[in-house]
Amino acid sequence: MKKAIEVKNLIKRYKKAKTNAVDDISFSVSEGEFFSFLGPNGAGKTTTISILTTTLAKTSGTVTIGGHDLDKESSTVRQNIGVIFQAPSLDRNLTAEENIRFHAVLYGLYTFRPSYALMPNSYKKRVQELAKILSIEKDLNKPIKNLSGGMKRKLEIVRSLMHHPKVLFLDEPTSGLDPISRKNLWEYLQDVRKKEKITMFLTTHYLDEAEGADHIAIINNGKIVTYGTPDYIKKDLVENYLLVDAKDRVRLKKELSAKKIKYSEDKYVKIPLVKTNAHHLLRNIDTELLYLKTHTPSLEEAYVDIIEEALEEGAV
Amino acid sequence: MKIKREINAIFAIASRDFIKFIRDRFRIVATFIFPIIFIGILGGSLQSNLGKTVGYNFLTFVFIGVIGQTLFQSTASGIISLVRDREEDFAQEMFVAPVSRFSIVLGKIVGESTVALAQILGIVIFALVIRVPIDWTHFVRLIPAMFVACLFGGAFGVLVLANLGTQVSVQQIFPFVIFPQFFLSGVFAPIKNLPPVLFLFSRLAPMTYAVDLVRSIYYWGTPEYSKIVLHSPLVNLAIISAIFLVFLSAGTFLFVRNERNR
Repeated sequence: MKKAIEVKNLIKRYKKAKTNAVDDISFSVSEGEFFSFLGPNGAGKTTTISILTTTLAKTSGTVTIGGHDLDKESSTVRQNIGVIFQAPSLDRNLTAEENIRFHAVLYGLYTFRPSYALMPNSYKKRVQELAKILSIEKDLNKPIKNLSGGMKRKLEIVRSLMHHPKVLFLDEPTSGLDPISRKNLWEYLQDVRKKEKITMFLTTHYLDEAEGADHIAIINNGKIVTYGTPDYIKKDLVENYLLVDAKDRVRLKKELSAKKIKYSEDKYVKIPLVKTNAHHLLRNIDTELLYLKTHTPSLEEAYVDIIEEALEEGAV
Repeated sequence: MKIKREINAIFAIASRDFIKFIRDRFRIVATFIFPIIFIGILGGSLQSNLGKTVGYNFLTFVFIGVIGQTLFQSTASGIISLVRDREEDFAQEMFVAPVSRFSIVLGKIVGESTVALAQILGIVIFALVIRVPIDWTHFVRLIPAMFVACLFGGAFGVLVLANLGTQVSVQQIFPFVIFPQFFLSGVFAPIKNLPPVLFLFSRLAPMTYAVDLVRSIYYWGTPEYSKIVLHSPLVNLAIISAIFLVFLSAGTFLFVRNERNR
């Protein structure tokens, strides 16, 4: 399948910074794919998306979007992308329609006209359609100050799709929204994805948003910690284990050592379930057990573990 | 096609600035306060006290000067609003669009020039109310010079913008860059004869040439010309063109570079 985004050995070091904000990352996103860049605040997500959307210069590495080199063909790249920024990028002094018109003219879709009335009918029809989707027919000509946070976000998405981009970049699109607006916006985005068959590049620190992606890359301290499908990441990262204890713990430990079963000891004896399952393992243990608990961490816990591990490494 | 798109973008960016101006009541009121103080109070009092000795009408002198100063300063400070756009992240929408960065800067200059010219209309109405003696045939020929003063102020604004990163630095530094020029450029007082140090600074201040260009055209062919005007319109125009090109190209280059190379 054709690649929509290809990033090779991307490095970004900000002026006067001692470390790299993005530290030699490589990944690719296929056409039509929903790709999620997951990581905590300050991991390097916004830096990466800013470089990919041409607003920030990289230090080194190569990036192509839709087969176009980011440096040599930046104008073509800009034509092919839509961007939803982390901070709202609507002009609060303009109406919803004016914000859309401004975008449409900048992207060469229509010739500039100083008022809505002078715009061609095709434009008016399009705007009315968009207003209907957003249910803002009445507020179309009012300053966007009157719209709610969720509505503004939707308006930005609608605006970014006006020029039919091949790749849609979304930088933490739900940040600052209440849970209901977040859910609504998310449903809307999934709908857009189905209808437009667009490649979506999402950065988020919400795991549940990333779980719906085709591929996830977890980034921390500027490096990609892990990459794969949500299932792969779950399998790869989630550690299943048994917690057991016996009246005679010494005997239990001896038996485990003799049978070359790895374990660690804390409040209970912890046995990782690597290449085995609980049933098989238990059939192998003769010592009478007093306590038994199987543990399957969620992806959330696995994610937190990865971040914490990386933080500890960073601290060393 | 590409040129058409760039021109469209320039108009769109320019119209946005104009719309913002006409919707900002506070800004509209504020733009008239300075001219009222300068022309009405300062010009009026100077005319009453010094008018007879200098040999020309001081109120007219200040009025024409304020025209040049307002066009230059308003466009310059308007351009600097790109800093606010950047902090409010609206700039991102412009900077990810497939439009040349030069068009963005040019669009801002055109837009802020329109805003500055709209302000002139208010100043003229005020001048009519307080009956500043104006020769209207002379005034009409100022119109092309007004555009030049705006563009010049715009280029100056781009250069300042390129060197100021945040709104806070704009608020702190811009007044120091602009206010001394009020006096050095001779808006309120003649600067034909000055002590050497002040002479040097007044000739280094870009606003001097905007103000003198407007005056040189207004007073062209009048007995006051030799008493008031520093350089002929052509000399002013040549100096302004040279500085304009340097300011605009250096300013745009630095602004675009600083924008991406963070």
